Amino acid sequence: MVLGGRLLLLVAFLIAWEVFPRMHWVNPMLTSYPSALWPTFLSLFREGNLLRHIQATVVTTVIGFLAGMIIGTLVAVFLWWWNFFQRVLEPYLVVANAMPKIALVPIFYIWLGDVLSIYAIAIAISVFVTILMIYTGFQETDPNKIKLVRTFGATRWQVLRKVVLPGSVPTMIGALKVNVGLALVGVIVGEFQSAKAGLGYLILYGGQILQMNLVMTSVTILAIISTVMYLGIYYLEAAVMRRRQWAR
Amino acid sequence: MGNEPKVELREVNLRHFTAEGEIEALSRVSLRIACGEFVSIVGQSGCGKSTLLSLIAGILRPTEGEVLIDGRPVQGPSRQVGYMLQQDYLFEWRTILDNVLLGAEIQGLDLKAARRRAEALLERYGLGDFIYGFPHQLSGGMRQRVALARTLCTEPEILLLDEPLSALDFQTRLALADEMAAILRREGKTVILVTHDISEAISMADRVIVLSRRPGRVKAEHAIAYPSGGGRRPTPFETRSAPEFGAYFNHIWGELEVHVRR
Repeated sequence: MVLGGRLLLLVAFLIAWEVFPRMHWVNPMLTSYPSALWPTFLSLFREGNLLRHIQATVVTTVIGFLAGMIIGTLVAVFLWWWNFFQRVLEPYLVVANAMPKIALVPIFYIWLGDVLSIYAIAIAISVFVTILMIYTGFQETDPNKIKLVRTFGATRWQVLRKVVLPGSVPTMIGALKVNVGLALVGVIVGEFQSAKAGLGYLILYGGQILQMNLVMTSVTILAIISTVMYLGIYYLEAAVMRRRQWAR
Repeated sequence: MGNEPKVELREVNLRHFTAEGEIEALSRVSLRIACGEFVSIVGQSGCGKSTLLSLIAGILRPTEGEVLIDGRPVQGPSRQVGYMLQQDYLFEWRTILDNVLLGAEIQGLDLKAARRRAEALLERYGLGDFIYGFPHQLSGGMRQRVALARTLCTEPEILLLDEPLSALDFQTRLALADEMAAILRREGKTVILVTHDISEAISMADRVIVLSRRPGRVKAEHAIAYPSGGGRRPTPFETRSAPEFGAYFNHIWGELEVHVRR
């Protein structure tokens, strides 16, 4: 029943998207229509450019959020270890996290040029979110588990390795989910600004030359890619949680 | 062994500071516990019983006074001491076996030998089938047995038990009390059991120490004996039907001054 409803919605949407522009109820120049997307997709693919653009966006996003997560986790560990720095840096981290890093895209473009600036944006976005989420996760470690290992004489390092880090795996997966989405946004906007390749570039370029079929094709591909990434993490989470059965 | 007490506290004071001010948890507490003795400390909630255990375990320092093990001052956590907390706090992400090995890992013990000990302990407690399982698959009583195995795997001489049975249901509590007492006595461990349950204290221990309300002071000590059982000491369950049980209970109950605040 639910599945029926979902399919109905999709079909209705596709029909509307196809019919309205064709009937000139909506300007076809503005929206394109589904049956135009497939030829566009094929021509992009045949010219060999499609893969190049997809690769540009995806690779940058993946490198961006992975680097952001690794750096962010290391910083969170540093802050956990040296609490003094955490207290000193806290307000700055809050501001950095609250501020939309997207606003820095033009600055990064001027400082780093067209390729590096996109990586920088993806990393910048991921880093601050990761630091905050992971550090909070560390703080939420069960203090009794820490007391337990202390009674065995555990050193600070052992507490980190044996209790805090393994216990934070759910938080890390949560951060991963957030980062994938945000990094992708950053990369697309970065490509708007500066790129000569990538799906963001295609969207911007297509829009500028009023080739909406190009824009819509790219947007559709983008939707598919982001969904695939999200699903990937979803299954990773399920695999990890199934083994550990977190829900106590 | 000999005359020297295994564990000793001399005029121990413990004060700690909170946002509200200074709280005196323990006041001039002196205790001597002989090697192989099974002692229980009872008192109202908040009287400092758990704090006492933390002092012996070396994770807290006394404000004044001395805490000694084998005549030497306690500097920090020691391999001689095993601490069993109120709940099992098993790590959900480790198998049962790896949970039992946690202490051995941290203390850098020979892991092959520790593994053999861990497997033997788990078998003996009837958990042999769950060695490679995870904590979520076990009931509360089983998990607490795993916690006991974890505590014993590092082969401590002194065992500190912080209300280890209070999180369990009544039947499991009785059954586990018998098991634990048997295991610990057989191994000749020195045991300090902290509990608010007087029956538990009287049934398991050789000596019961009553702590007053905060700030905790040693109010009384009772040697527990069951001569009616003949030469053998009755199991904790059996003591409950012994004639001496009731008298001990009433006496200690009176000392605890359990009453609703006026």
